[in-house]
Amino acid sequence: MSIAGAEIKVEEKYISLFKENQGRLNIMASDVVANAREGAIKIFEDKGIPNRKVESYKYTNLNPQFEKDYTCDFEHEVFNQNLTEVFNCNVEDLEAITIYLINGWYYRKNQLPDSLPEGVLIGSFAEFSKSHPELFETHYNKYAKNEEDSLVAMNTAFAQDGFFIYVPKGVVVEKPIQIVNIMKAEESFMAFSRNLVVIEENAQAKIMVCEHTLSENRFLVNAVTEAFVDKNSVFDIYNIQNQHNLTTSISSVFVKQKEHSSVLTHNLTLHTGVTRNNIYVHMDDEHCESRIYGLYVSDKTQHVDNFSFVDHAMPNCYSEELFKGVLDDSATAAFAGKIMVRPNAQKTNAFQKNDNLLLTDNAKINTKPMLEIYADDVKCSHGATVGQLDEKSMFYLRSRGISKEEARVLLMYAFAYEAVEKIRVEAVREQIRGLVEQVFRGELNKCNSCVLCGQVSDNEFTCM
Amino acid sequence: MLEVKNLHAKIDDKEILRGINLTVKPGEVHAIMGPNGSGKSTLSSVLAGSEVFDVSEGSATFYGKNLLDMPAEDRAREGLFYSFQYPVEIPGVSMVNFMRTAVNEHRKYNGEKPYTASEFLKLMREKKKLVEIDSNLTNRSVNEGFSGGEKKKNEIFQMAMLQPKVSILDETDSGLDIDALRIVANGVNKLKSENNATVVITHYQRLLDYIVPDFVHVLYKGRIVMSAGKELALELEEKGYDWIKKQFED
Ligand SMILES: Nc1ncnc2c1ncn2[C@@H]1O[C@H](COP(=O)(O)OP(=O)(O)OP(=O)(O)O)[C@@H](O)[C@H]1O
Ligand SMILES: [Mg+2]
Repeated sequence: MSIAGAEIKVEEKYISLFKENQGRLNIMASDVVANAREGAIKIFEDKGIPNRKVESYKYTNLNPQFEKDYTCDFEHEVFNQNLTEVFNCNVEDLEAITIYLINGWYYRKNQLPDSLPEGVLIGSFAEFSKSHPELFETHYNKYAKNEEDSLVAMNTAFAQDGFFIYVPKGVVVEKPIQIVNIMKAEESFMAFSRNLVVIEENAQAKIMVCEHTLSENRFLVNAVTEAFVDKNSVFDIYNIQNQHNLTTSISSVFVKQKEHSSVLTHNLTLHTGVTRNNIYVHMDDEHCESRIYGLYVSDKTQHVDNFSFVDHAMPNCYSEELFKGVLDDSATAAFAGKIMVRPNAQKTNAFQKNDNLLLTDNAKINTKPMLEIYADDVKCSHGATVGQLDEKSMFYLRSRGISKEEARVLLMYAFAYEAVEKIRVEAVREQIRGLVEQVFRGELNKCNSCVLCGQVSDNEFTCM
Repeated sequence: MLEVKNLHAKIDDKEILRGINLTVKPGEVHAIMGPNGSGKSTLSSVLAGSEVFDVSEGSATFYGKNLLDMPAEDRAREGLFYSFQYPVEIPGVSMVNFMRTAVNEHRKYNGEKPYTASEFLKLMREKKKLVEIDSNLTNRSVNEGFSGGEKKKNEIFQMAMLQPKVSILDETDSGLDIDALRIVANGVNKLKSENNATVVITHYQRLLDYIVPDFVHVLYKGRIVMSAGKELALELEEKGYDWIKKQFED
C-alpha cells in the first residue's frame, strides 16, 4: 500500500499509515506488542522525525528520506515464503547457526541445527511473543528508549516481526548465531524489524546480524534490537551492513546488563546509503563490562552516523569505546559518544576513542564526545583524531616495490586493523578481515551479493 | 648502471641538490660523506622516487632507463634499494605481509610467479639468518617499537629479501653497537657481487673498515665537491670538514 506524499507534514503521513493499518499490524502480534503501540505513536506524533535541531541528530537529517514514499508489508505471507526464490546461499566457511529474515520478517522455513543446546530458543519475534508471553512481558519494550528517540518510538508503533533469541541460565551457545536480513522488493520499501534477545545468568551467545539489499529500489529500514544480559553472562552482537546506496538504515540496539556481565557491540558499516546506528548500553549493576566498537568504510556520497550512549548507572563498571572510520570521495560521517556517569557510579572506568582517516578533501567527519560525569572517583578519557594517509609510510612501502594502490590498501587496512581485532569471535574476525580488505580493494561493490557466503553477483543489480 | 648527471632538486623553492654527478658501475662500492644537512638523504630519496622534492634539472638513468620518469615502486622493482636513515614505523602492517607483498610485486614485475606461502617462509628464514634478525621482529608490525639498531638491521634484511642491483645505505651504521655494526656490514658484504653495487652514506670511517669503498665522495651544499679513493675517508675522519667548507664556501 503506497501512501501519497502530498502537502501534508511528513509525520502525518506515517501517523495515518499507522491508523489505517492498526488492525493489520496486530494480526500476528501478541497483546504485549500491540499494547505498546498507542503510547509509542503518541511520542512519535509529539516529537516528529528528528531534524537538525535535535542535538543527537545534528549531523544527520533524515527528513528527506522519510519524505519519500514507500510501500510496506504489514500482511506478510510468512508461511508461503520461499527463500530460494530470492536467495541461494551456501554458507561454507562460517561455522554458524544461520537464520534468515526477509524484509524484516522471520523466514518460516529456517532450519535450526539439532545440536542446539537444550532450552535455547531461536525464532520469530511474533510467534514467540505469543507462545512465551511471560518473557515478553518482562523484557519487551523495557530497554528501548522511545522517549529519547522518536524513530525508536516509530519502530515500537509498527513492530511486527524480527528475530527472538533466548538462552537459558547456564547455557553457552558455542557457535555464532548469524542472522541474515535480506531486503527485496519491487518498489521503494520500508520495514520495521524488531528483535529481542534474552541471555540469562551464566549464559553466553554471540550474534551476527548481516544486512543486505537484493533489489535495486529504495529501502528504509528502521530496526530496533533489545537485549537483556543477566548476571555473569557474555553477549556479543556484530552488526554487519552491506547495503546499496539507495538504502537508509536506522539501527538501534539497546542493551541492559547485570552484574559481572560482559557485552560487546560492533557496528561494521561496509556499504550503505545513509546509516544511523544507535547503541545504548545501560550498566545496571556493579562490575559490568561493555565494549562498544564500530568501523565504517564509506565512499561516494555515503553517510554514516554512529551515536552511542553508555550509561554508568552503578559503581565499578568498565566501558571501552572505539570507532574507526575510513572516508573516501565525498563520504560523510558523524560520531557522538555520550557517557553518563551517574552520581553513585564511583570507580567507573570509561574510555572512548574515535579515529578517522579522510582520503580526500571532500570527505567529512563530525565527531563529538559528550561526557556527563556526576561521580568524583572515576577514570574517563576520550579522544578523536582525523588524519590522512601518511605520506612517509606510503613512500616507504612504495620504495620496496609495492604499488601505490596496494600501499593504500595496506595502510587503510592498518588503520582499520585495531577495530577489526576487537572482534572476539575468531571465526567472525577472520571473515571480517577478509571483507574489510575486499572493501578497501573496491571488490565489495557488488552490493547485492551476500558478503558472508561470497555468492557471485548475477549482474542483475549494479551498485549505485 | 646508475648514472646521475647535473641533478638539481628543490623543496618549497629551496634548492637542496645543486648539480650532482655520480656514476656507479657493477661491483663498485661508493661512499658518500659530508656534513649534516648537505643533501645526502635528499639525494638518496630523490633517486628512490620521493615525491617530496621537485627535480628541476638534470637526469638520472638506471641501466639506460630514465629513473626520474618511474614511480618509486618501479625503481625498486628495477633493482634500486634505499635503506632509510629513519625507517618508518607502520603499525598494523605486519612484517610478513609487507615483505610478501613486496617480494611478490617484484616477481610479478619480472614476469615470475608469486611465491607460495611455504616458499616465501623459507626465503624469509634464510635471509633472517643472514642479518641475524630476531624472529620476534618479523612477527611484529613494520618497525613498530623497534630499537634504532633493530630498524637498521631490518633495512638490511629487506635488502636481502629483495636482492637489489644498487643499494643506497643511508647511515645504516648510526645507532649500531659494535656487534650490530659487524653483523650489518657482514650482511652487506655477503650480498655483494660483481653484478651489484653499493652506495654507503656514513659519517664514520669505522663502517668503511668493513665495507671497503672504491670511491669516497664528499657532498657539500648540494654538490659533490671532492671524489677520491678510500684514503679520503681517513683524512676526513682526522681533519673534519672545515678545510673543505673553507674551500667551497659560496
Ligand atoms: N622535507 C623537507 N622540507 C624542508 N627542508 C628539507 C626537507 N628535507 C630536507 N630538507 C633540508 O634539506 C637539507 C639537506 O637535508 P638532508 O637530510 O638531505 O641532509 P643530510 O646530508 O642527509 O644530513 P644528515 O647528515 O644530518 O643526515 C637540509 O637543510 C634540510 O633541512
Ligand atoms: Mg641524512
